[in-house]
Amino acid sequence: MNNSAAGTSSGSGDVSAPRRNSNRPKYSRFTQQELPACKPILTPRWVISVFTLIGVIFIPIGIAALRASTNVVEIVKRYDADCIPGNNTKAYKVAYIQDKNIDKTCNITLRVPKDMDPPIYVYYQLDNFYQNHRRYVKSRNDAQLKDRGKANDTSGCDPEDASNGSPIVPCGLIAWSLFNDTYNFSIGNQNLTVNKRGISWKSDRDHKFGNDVFPRNFQNGTLIGGASLDENTPLSQQEDLIVWMRTAALPTFRKSYGKIEQNLRENDTITVTIKNNYNTYSFSGKKKLVLSTSSWLGGKNDFIGITYLTIGGLCFFLAIAFTGVYLVKPRKLGDPSYLSWNRNPSGR
Amino acid sequence: MPGGRRRDRLRWSKIYTFARFWPTVGDDEQPSFHGGPSYSRTVHCNQPQLHRKKPFKYSSNYITTTKYNVITFLPKALFEQFRRVANIYFLLAAALSLTPVSPFTPVSMIAPLAFVVGLSMAKEALEDWRRFMQDMKVNMRKVNVHKGEGQFDHKQWQNIRVGDVVKVEKDQFFPADLLLLSSSYEDGICYVETMNLDGETNLKVKRSLEVTLALDDDEAFRDFTATIRCEDPNPNLYTFVGNFDYERQIFALEPNHILLRDSKLRNTNYVYGVVIFAGHDSKVMQNATKSPSKRSRIEKKMDRIIYVLFTLLVLISVISSIGFAIITKNKMPNWWYLQPDQTTSLYDPDRAALSGFLHLVTALILYGYLIPISLYVSIEVVKVLQATFINGDILMYDEDTGNHAQARTSNLNEELGQVDTILSDKTGTLTCNQMDFLKCSIAGVSYGVRSSEVEIAASKHMESEATGDDAGVYGSYEVELDHEIDFKSDNPRKPTIKGFSFEDDRLMHGNWAKEPTADTILLFFRILALCHSAIPEPDEKTGGFTYEAESPDEAAFLVAAREFGFEFCKRTQSSVFIREKYSSSEDLIEREFKILNLLEFNSKRKRMSVIVRDASGKIFLLCKGADSIIFDRLAKNGRMYESETNKHLTEYGEAGLRTLALAYRVLDESEYSDWNAEFLKAKTTIGPDREAQVERISDLMERDLILVGATAVEDKLQKGVPQCIDKLAQAGLKIWVLTGDKIETAINIGFACSLLRQGMKQICLSTINNVVAQDANKAAKESLLMQITNASQMINLEKDPYEAFALIIDGKTLTYVLEDDMKNHFLNLAVNCASVICCRVSPKQKALVTRLVKEGTGKVTLAIGDGANDVGMIQEADIGVGISGVEGMQAVMASDFSISQFRFLERLLVVHGHWCYKRIALMICYFFYKNIAFGLTIFFFEAYTGFSGQSVYDDWYMLLFNVVLTSLPVITLGVFEQDVSSEVCLQFPALYQQGQRNLFFDWYRIIGWMFNGLYTSIAIYFLSIGMLYHQAFRSGGQTADMAVVGTTMFTSIIWTVNVQIALIMNHFTWIQHLFVWGSVATWYLFLVAYGMSSPTISGNAYQILLEALGPAPIFWIATIIVTAACNIPYLTHKAFQRAFNPQDQHVIQEIKYYKKDIEDAHMWKREKSKARQKTKIGFTARVDAKIRQLRERLNKRALSTSQSLEE
Repeated sequence: MNNSAAGTSSGSGDVSAPRRNSNRPKYSRFTQQELPACKPILTPRWVISVFTLIGVIFIPIGIAALRASTNVVEIVKRYDADCIPGNNTKAYKVAYIQDKNIDKTCNITLRVPKDMDPPIYVYYQLDNFYQNHRRYVKSRNDAQLKDRGKANDTSGCDPEDASNGSPIVPCGLIAWSLFNDTYNFSIGNQNLTVNKRGISWKSDRDHKFGNDVFPRNFQNGTLIGGASLDENTPLSQQEDLIVWMRTAALPTFRKSYGKIEQNLRENDTITVTIKNNYNTYSFSGKKKLVLSTSSWLGGKNDFIGITYLTIGGLCFFLAIAFTGVYLVKPRKLGDPSYLSWNRNPSGR
Repeated sequence: MPGGRRRDRLRWSKIYTFARFWPTVGDDEQPSFHGGPSYSRTVHCNQPQLHRKKPFKYSSNYITTTKYNVITFLPKALFEQFRRVANIYFLLAAALSLTPVSPFTPVSMIAPLAFVVGLSMAKEALEDWRRFMQDMKVNMRKVNVHKGEGQFDHKQWQNIRVGDVVKVEKDQFFPADLLLLSSSYEDGICYVETMNLDGETNLKVKRSLEVTLALDDDEAFRDFTATIRCEDPNPNLYTFVGNFDYERQIFALEPNHILLRDSKLRNTNYVYGVVIFAGHDSKVMQNATKSPSKRSRIEKKMDRIIYVLFTLLVLISVISSIGFAIITKNKMPNWWYLQPDQTTSLYDPDRAALSGFLHLVTALILYGYLIPISLYVSIEVVKVLQATFINGDILMYDEDTGNHAQARTSNLNEELGQVDTILSDKTGTLTCNQMDFLKCSIAGVSYGVRSSEVEIAASKHMESEATGDDAGVYGSYEVELDHEIDFKSDNPRKPTIKGFSFEDDRLMHGNWAKEPTADTILLFFRILALCHSAIPEPDEKTGGFTYEAESPDEAAFLVAAREFGFEFCKRTQSSVFIREKYSSSEDLIEREFKILNLLEFNSKRKRMSVIVRDASGKIFLLCKGADSIIFDRLAKNGRMYESETNKHLTEYGEAGLRTLALAYRVLDESEYSDWNAEFLKAKTTIGPDREAQVERISDLMERDLILVGATAVEDKLQKGVPQCIDKLAQAGLKIWVLTGDKIETAINIGFACSLLRQGMKQICLSTINNVVAQDANKAAKESLLMQITNASQMINLEKDPYEAFALIIDGKTLTYVLEDDMKNHFLNLAVNCASVICCRVSPKQKALVTRLVKEGTGKVTLAIGDGANDVGMIQEADIGVGISGVEGMQAVMASDFSISQFRFLERLLVVHGHWCYKRIALMICYFFYKNIAFGLTIFFFEAYTGFSGQSVYDDWYMLLFNVVLTSLPVITLGVFEQDVSSEVCLQFPALYQQGQRNLFFDWYRIIGWMFNGLYTSIAIYFLSIGMLYHQAFRSGGQTADMAVVGTTMFTSIIWTVNVQIALIMNHFTWIQHLFVWGSVATWYLFLVAYGMSSPTISGNAYQILLEALGPAPIFWIATIIVTAACNIPYLTHKAFQRAFNPQDQHVIQEIKYYKKDIEDAHMWKREKSKARQKTKIGFTARVDAKIRQLRERLNKRALSTSQSLEE
């Protein structure tokens, strides 16, 4: 029974041990802040590699983006001035556009600079039009657009919420100011069909604009804004409206008008018959008609490619500059002579 | 049973010669104090029902230390939260978000605020709940209370009322302040442990009045009534005045009759007492001062940055409003699509000024993202987590006491990294407060052959400094320090008796009787054995006694006396019994000495005396006290050994020992009785001047003493103190020692702690005792000013930058220099000195010195101490550190951090302080960066919307930005960042100076980060806009709307700020990776989830990622380029700085990274020692001081000019 004797004697020692150690912090690498960690250091090699790597990645992307952009064929035609007879004052122009009795049909011709493969997207571009104005952005009601039963829900739509005592569907300033110029394209005598389906987001058509919600009481007020809507077509099929309701971020914006699904050859001349209805004259906004093909990156925008090239180039430059600098004035890594107390031996 | 054994049938009152003459009620002198304001409280003993209503309704015994209660919590806690400017702003913004002025939906304003405030309040509530539970635990404790008819029953503490008679049993706490009526001892004494009150571990004796002795069983209280008239509740623990009206007689009460709440009954079976002060009226509760709330410098600076941001916010809001007003007035009438004729006042072109003004409110809300709403709460979270790391540091855990370090207030963590001056207590902090009787001088002969640790250390130190060159010094230094530890732990001086390290055969084993001065030696031993207020405690194991003494010195004396053969074995109220043994062969003789009077020790008197009558009837006054005091009181014929003793005292002092001089006086009967009558009269005087009276009479007796000798006890240094001080000094910290000890002891402790070095020039400031009493003050000041000027000149003229100075000053001199007209001169001198030692300092002076340093230098001060006398200084300093050692909890309770050993201070400051400082500094800078980067993009977008107040981002994005998407990475930065490992922090104390010089949170750096934010916002906005211009952004020909632009920009921001924080971090564990990259992933997950929610919630963001953005290459390409463009400048800056202007931590990181420290161990060692060397010189400290001096002069000049203007 030696063991038991030893056991009791050590047992009495243990009595005090746990009491003492109950306060003892538990050891773990976490609590002692000793977790294995990676401690990257910006060594010259790393600096040069990182900058070179960024350059190596960015420059090809930049070239690809720039090529994509240059491959896009884009025809931009401003027509707001041309479609008003004569060179007149703003007041005249406004009066002209607001006169319902004038036939505002206007023909312009476009020349195709390069072969354009379908689909060719047709956009209208407005300028100086503040679709992003807070008053404008807020002036809509999503519930009403989606749900037939919520026609009366016009909150937020003020002042275009009701007319003649009954609610407007779709209500609000955005819908009210719907763009209403129309374009008809022809090459020679042959009409170019513009496909107006599928220009809006599918999710918008399926989930945001109800297929049983019909325009009601729209453009019936004293003030007529933009386009009126076919009361027999559900909102989910009014794609112009759906596109228009996606407010643009900037005062200059393009919106889809339709698609031309046919080849256009270089030097083709397209005649566009425009119904010039929309009033941009009162705020001196430009109206442009845009025909554009698209690339993998979308439309024509050299900015992306240029930015990539610039930053990639800058990184190459930085890589070279750092290399040069490291060569000219090398600092051995971990050289203790750079420690503050060695650099200022007297402590100065 | 100790109580039973001591229960002699004699009543001490019958034999006690210290009998008192009690005036009866009818005496003429009595009524004089009835009208006094300090006697306004009346307690009807045993009639608690009388205290149910006014005017005797006093506060109950229910205590509460909580800040809030159920009703007040909401208003009070909310008020606390909204005292922060930023929160008020957000509250206003949230309130306004309910009006149409707001650019956001109400939920996006209220939710983050509610979250942030709710989190802070939850923390408050939790802390308060803990306090409440603690209070309840105390309130629910039970105690025996007299219920009437002689019956006692258990009652909760909270239900006790004033006037109740309670019976407290052994090892129980007193529930309230009680008047002791009787105890289990016949003579009505009891032993009390007052650790919770004053931190002293020794027991104190309390005595009851003799008239109440009979009330010693339950039945006796059946008809007991009495009235107590006493002072009002006050916080003074050591005074009590009042009288006790019992059986038509009035008896004076004194502090000795009072049992204070929160002290504990020890060694006594039970006591009866009557409640005088209950609950918050009790002295301990009155004493509980609310410790001042402290804020760190970084936080104060952060407030200023927030003001800067507010200014920026107001500025861009005003710009926006003006822009908006102009546009609304001039352009909006033409914008027919807005129907400008039918607007509200928000957009009324006809009232553009009003619209502009309303828009100002909108803009102030809109740009609110400049102000980081989650900053405060993030910092709080980070600090709490940092504090748990401090608490959990196993290297700051003390095995001996079982205490770990504790961050009691977490809001000062980063201040630990900026400490400039440490003000340290000596006893209990640097030294153990364990006294060893080491030497003595009797009749002019010095005994004791052992040398003190200080002597040993000092001689070693001198040796090592005398040998070898620089490298040698440091090399051997380290070895020596290590060796010293070994020496202490492996080779303790013979595990002898605790408190006794004396070794000299001339005195031991009864050999003293053979010495020529045996008579004096006998007297010396008797003084040791008799002149004290200790209580013997039988030790069952050894059969001997241990002593409960007021001070460790006293215990050491008693142990010494025992070892010499004079064992103090029993104390009764009137007598002390000593077992004397004159030689090793003889048997023990028990002698009784009647204690006639005991003139107590206090720090003012610095001496204590007892008047005893021995068996033969001779009366002696035995006195021990500070040498200067005793020497002043010697009789002409008592100075026989004065010069030798004085010489020995100086020697002992130099050896770092505490010394006391012993003396006696023989009294004749008539002389004594005359004096005693006076003394008794003084003692029975009731009123405020009693103490002064007693003191004056005592002083009359303690004269014409005959010097016997002196004692020297060693105050042991705590483990690791010299090494720690060394490291701290190397880290550029200045250490001031504030001690109650005398100058020689302090200097020698200074040497032992390496606060003083050989070759250091010592400047001693002292006052010359001027004989001309009238101008003493002025003359002393003038001479001091002279000394200070001379010393300053000496320092200024010193050419050798390696020269260091030490300033030594005593308490008396301090009283002069702490006066307004002198203190700046003194401070200027002191900051120029490498170390400062203040001796003989009172607790109040400690606090005053701390304030002087704190306010005078404007730098961070840290006070460290262990006892109740350090509380003032701990509360006054920027950071108070309490040592949770043996000396009770007062200092700890008042402190911000508590550690159990001084040596842990090094780790606390150099490791945790350094880390916390850098973490918090980086964190705050990053916070401002990210909010500027994000907030300004909103402003830029405004310029493109005609300043209409429309945000490009969805409300939900903005809501999540601060609260979810960017908050966790920055918290990991604040909690886990390490620039270098803890070992390196300790090895390179110079790194600590980065915090002292505030390298990581100076305006240069803050503004740099702000510009980085500005640049980032510009890059994000214009690059995103440029890429998502009017062209189609997908191959499907769709053009970008606001949701697409906003989401792309926001994605870029999320990437940018997270890559930025990854670039800041030096230390990646899986946690950082998880949170940084997890935040980015969360954003995409959120986009998917948000896009799936009903379009009435998500609006234009419906299906945005899956349908619109995900398949668009431009979205990904834009994110990449924007992230790169935003971070390249910082990366370049960082690479450039590291390449050409590396900071110390950069170089050390590289050395560690390439394992150079292992390859080139010599270099590593050399650099480690160099990192110290620089701080030894303290040149930077001097430059700083010079600047401060100049600044102070400027200040003073400014002050004086302003004063003269005022005049």
